[in-house]
Amino acid sequence: MDVKQLLQTLTETPGPSGQESPIAQAVTTAWTPYVDLLMTDALGNLIGLKKGDGEAPRPRILLAAHMDEIALLVTQVLAYPDENGYGFLKVTKVGGVDTRQTLGQQVLVHGQRELPGVIGCLPPHLLPENRRSKPIGFEDMVVDVGLPYVELKQLVGVGDFVSFRQPLRELHNGRVAGKSLDNRASVAAVTVCLDWLRGRKHSWDVIAVATTQEEIGLRGAFVAAGGQQPDLAIALDVTWAKGPLAQDGGLTFELGEGPTLGYGPNIHPGIYKGLQEAAAAIELKVTPEGQPTLSGTDAAALQIARAGIPTGLICIPQRYMHTMVETMALNDIERTGRLLAEFIARLDGDFLNQLNKSLMDG
Amino acid sequence: MNSLLQQLTEAVGISGEEKEIRRLIRDLIQEHVDEWRVDSLGNLIALKKGTGESDLQVMVDAHIDEVGLMVTDIDSDGTLRFAKVGGIDDRALLGKVVQVGPNKIIGVIGGRPVHLSTAEERDTVVKHRDMRIDIGAKKKDDAAAKINVGDRAAFVTQYEELGETALGKAFDNRAACAVLIELLRGDRYPFDLTAVFTVQEEVGLRGARVAGYAVQPDIALVLECTPAYDLPKKEDVSSNVMLGHGPAVYVMDSRTIQHPRFVAHIMQVAAAHNIPYQIRQPGGGGTNAGAIQPAHGGVPVASIAIPGRYPHTPNMIINLTDYANLLKLADTVLRSLQRNLFEPESIL
Amino acid sequence: MIDLIRKLVELYGPSGFEDQVRAFIQAEIAPYADEMRVDALGNLIALKKGDGTGKRVLVSAHTDEIGVMITHVTEKGFLRFTNIGGVFAANLLGGRVQFADGRQGVIYGDKFEDRSKLHPLNKYYIDVGATSKEDCPVRVGDAAGFYRPLLVMGDRLAAKSMDDRIGCVVGIEALKRLTASPHDVYFVFSVQEEVGLRGAAAAANGLHPDVSIALDVTGSGDTPECHPMAISLGQGTAIKVKDGGMIAHAGLVRLMRQRAEAANIPHQMEVLEGGTTDAYAMQVAGPGSISGCISIPCRYIHSASEMVDINDVEACIRLLGEILTHPIDL
Repeated sequence: MDVKQLLQTLTETPGPSGQESPIAQAVTTAWTPYVDLLMTDALGNLIGLKKGDGEAPRPRILLAAHMDEIALLVTQVLAYPDENGYGFLKVTKVGGVDTRQTLGQQVLVHGQRELPGVIGCLPPHLLPENRRSKPIGFEDMVVDVGLPYVELKQLVGVGDFVSFRQPLRELHNGRVAGKSLDNRASVAAVTVCLDWLRGRKHSWDVIAVATTQEEIGLRGAFVAAGGQQPDLAIALDVTWAKGPLAQDGGLTFELGEGPTLGYGPNIHPGIYKGLQEAAAAIELKVTPEGQPTLSGTDAAALQIARAGIPTGLICIPQRYMHTMVETMALNDIERTGRLLAEFIARLDGDFLNQLNKSLMDG
Repeated sequence: MNSLLQQLTEAVGISGEEKEIRRLIRDLIQEHVDEWRVDSLGNLIALKKGTGESDLQVMVDAHIDEVGLMVTDIDSDGTLRFAKVGGIDDRALLGKVVQVGPNKIIGVIGGRPVHLSTAEERDTVVKHRDMRIDIGAKKKDDAAAKINVGDRAAFVTQYEELGETALGKAFDNRAACAVLIELLRGDRYPFDLTAVFTVQEEVGLRGARVAGYAVQPDIALVLECTPAYDLPKKEDVSSNVMLGHGPAVYVMDSRTIQHPRFVAHIMQVAAAHNIPYQIRQPGGGGTNAGAIQPAHGGVPVASIAIPGRYPHTPNMIINLTDYANLLKLADTVLRSLQRNLFEPESIL
Repeated sequence: MIDLIRKLVELYGPSGFEDQVRAFIQAEIAPYADEMRVDALGNLIALKKGDGTGKRVLVSAHTDEIGVMITHVTEKGFLRFTNIGGVFAANLLGGRVQFADGRQGVIYGDKFEDRSKLHPLNKYYIDVGATSKEDCPVRVGDAAGFYRPLLVMGDRLAAKSMDDRIGCVVGIEALKRLTASPHDVYFVFSVQEEVGLRGAAAAANGLHPDVSIALDVTGSGDTPECHPMAISLGQGTAIKVKDGGMIAHAGLVRLMRQRAEAANIPHQMEVLEGGTTDAYAMQVAGPGSISGCISIPCRYIHSASEMVDINDVEACIRLLGEILTHPIDL
């Protein structure tokens, strides 16, 4: 499997939180060869079932990798200097857009047709005095698609989504940079896992879910877990890589040195241990990552769905998170998929019993 | 698709390191000029001989350099520290893609991720000294094998047309370079026309200073790209110029009071030929006219410009009708030049 | 319809104490519903049966309003209080409240050292005319709603608790006009929205709808120096795309827009940057549901003079009717 090719498709396909249908389509294409069944639910979660080899009824493991991305949403269509002039879009954010890096980025406006545009702003000397030395805020910025107002208002309206636009770039040493690697990298890792599982026996059913609306509050994963009622769940997301001006011990992790395994109140210790054992079995390097409260990933939602689901968390290090140049190492993504497949292949009928026993004994 | 604008804006030429754009322009003009040469700073100076009807010596200037970055050091983790070459707002740098050095190695500009920043940091502009260019190198040696300190870095943007407008990097000043190239490809003028494709405008009009001295023209016309601030705004302040309202005519900026009779002549010619134009808001900024005007005994200068939004960022927008009108205005003005326009008026 | 609006907005019903509103609506809709029940939280659930070919649709309008709850009675008979839902101190001074028994009182605050600054809520008090703790008829734990009679100014109506009695009006009128539908439509007059969408969450968890639609007010951007928002009173029903809590289902938004266009119903697209509605809770309840919101544009939300335009209300009723009488294929 060509992971870079897959990532290119996945990152360059738009999928703002709440408007995930284009990316869901791309993931459908990527997963179809590997699963027995694909469906979507009311929130747009894409759910793929790969049946296990065990005897029915089989236990079910749910893998959650969110496919939505941070984006913008049109709040006003303005004309300057009047309706005979150019049109401009005012926008608000969908998810945690880092406004410090928005000036000069390219976007795609999803109106009646897709319109490329740029994020612009007045120069500091024309901004109100208290805004001059600040990152540009949504009150300052416009999305400019270079069209006259009369034309623009036919094509774009309040409530239309605007996604960021940046092709995937290849850097040295098998590293890549682009938009929405948070969290399409994890979607790719799940795909790698499904690919590995074609050649492995696994007794459990695997429910691969590309979840929606993670960036606005883990909405998709919560509903997916509620609907699928898995016996066990693993969330996959990105974490902070060590990089320039980001060397914080315990918070940042080396790029290219494998995924991290989350532990903390959000994560079932038995799954953490199981993932470590799987990593050891294939001599794959992993780093523990403490999540002292909530992980801020789909794991936080999965754990408390229904009557509670034992949940694990695997994260892949990433530099410059929530910018349009999120940077990752391809081999981290491949290793994550490999580890996940190993963990799943090792699951047996007794794993669940041991899991809950482990909270009391041993 | 305007292939001239595409080629010129996608080429790289940071102030002081203009070889790539200079060679491209040379290739684009050499069959249309009688002579060309390169001076010690790197200005490309081309002569298009006239029909012989007029002995005027006319110079037309367009700067070829663009703003960018220079690698100043390589950190132990293999990321690159950099300085700015020309005036770039720090806000336009974070999260952008650049091409570094002659081999155009792709890098990205990053810093501390937003989630790890304090609320105060999140509301503060990240300074360029707190950013690094990341080319994927793992260590200093790894980066040093591919990059030299001193290498320039430019934004990476593909030229695109969005209907009547176009999106790209460095329309400041490659749009004007395209106009000057088209002038050279046209019919001969009555006089000798010297086209100067100048370097180092963005770091202080340095190329034009020596070109003006060397060429010693009777008159000089500067072609530029001027910022358009025609965005919705809360306060009732000027837009400088607006896209789609024609080329901008300079009257006065921080460097130059343009030659008043030359300026008046440009406006008359525009009106007579129904070419739309607008007056650039007098005040700040400046063009190469400021460096050409004082040469020798003084040169009558004027500057006309295409309006461009978001200059000195990776993504500018211009209006293609403005481009066509700048070309038409420059050509029409040049063909109407008469010596008497510039001779000092009698003070008696 | 003005008469219905007047009766509903003048009723007492802070979150958790919605009985009077529920009783009124129950009587109002009884002739039109096929089944009706009240659940454990106090949601009134009325089913209008479909012809068996459609979906399970939940339509929710919340019956509760913001208000206050008494926390302390002073020796001299003044009442300190805390908020029920989003109470904004600037709206309090000189205002009036109404208790469950119809008793009213006026609100004032402690001395202002700096008139340009608002007090925190615990420095305001209610005066019900008592002279001492002993003769005060109100006790700690009593709840009160704000009180103002309906003001009719041509097409514009102002009252307390337009949020969300006007949504209830839309629901009631739509039910009354709904003669036949392919869908089983559950009209839920929900409770405790203002304190965290609690009623609608429970109702959706119990009903497992395929599609849920909230009826609620949204802000407007048509008053002096307000936060910019492309919603104006009198410009029609607002179809929600996003608010502070949720992103509406893209297909449902598209369908609402198509229905409005096909029936020539004036409409506007809504992006609300703060606040949310029952639709959020219904979207993530149980296995999730396809969720959206029909909003009534409203000025001065959470004040005692919330203002709507009667033509917008009519547009909302019509849009809901169009949606419920056509297939919902998403």
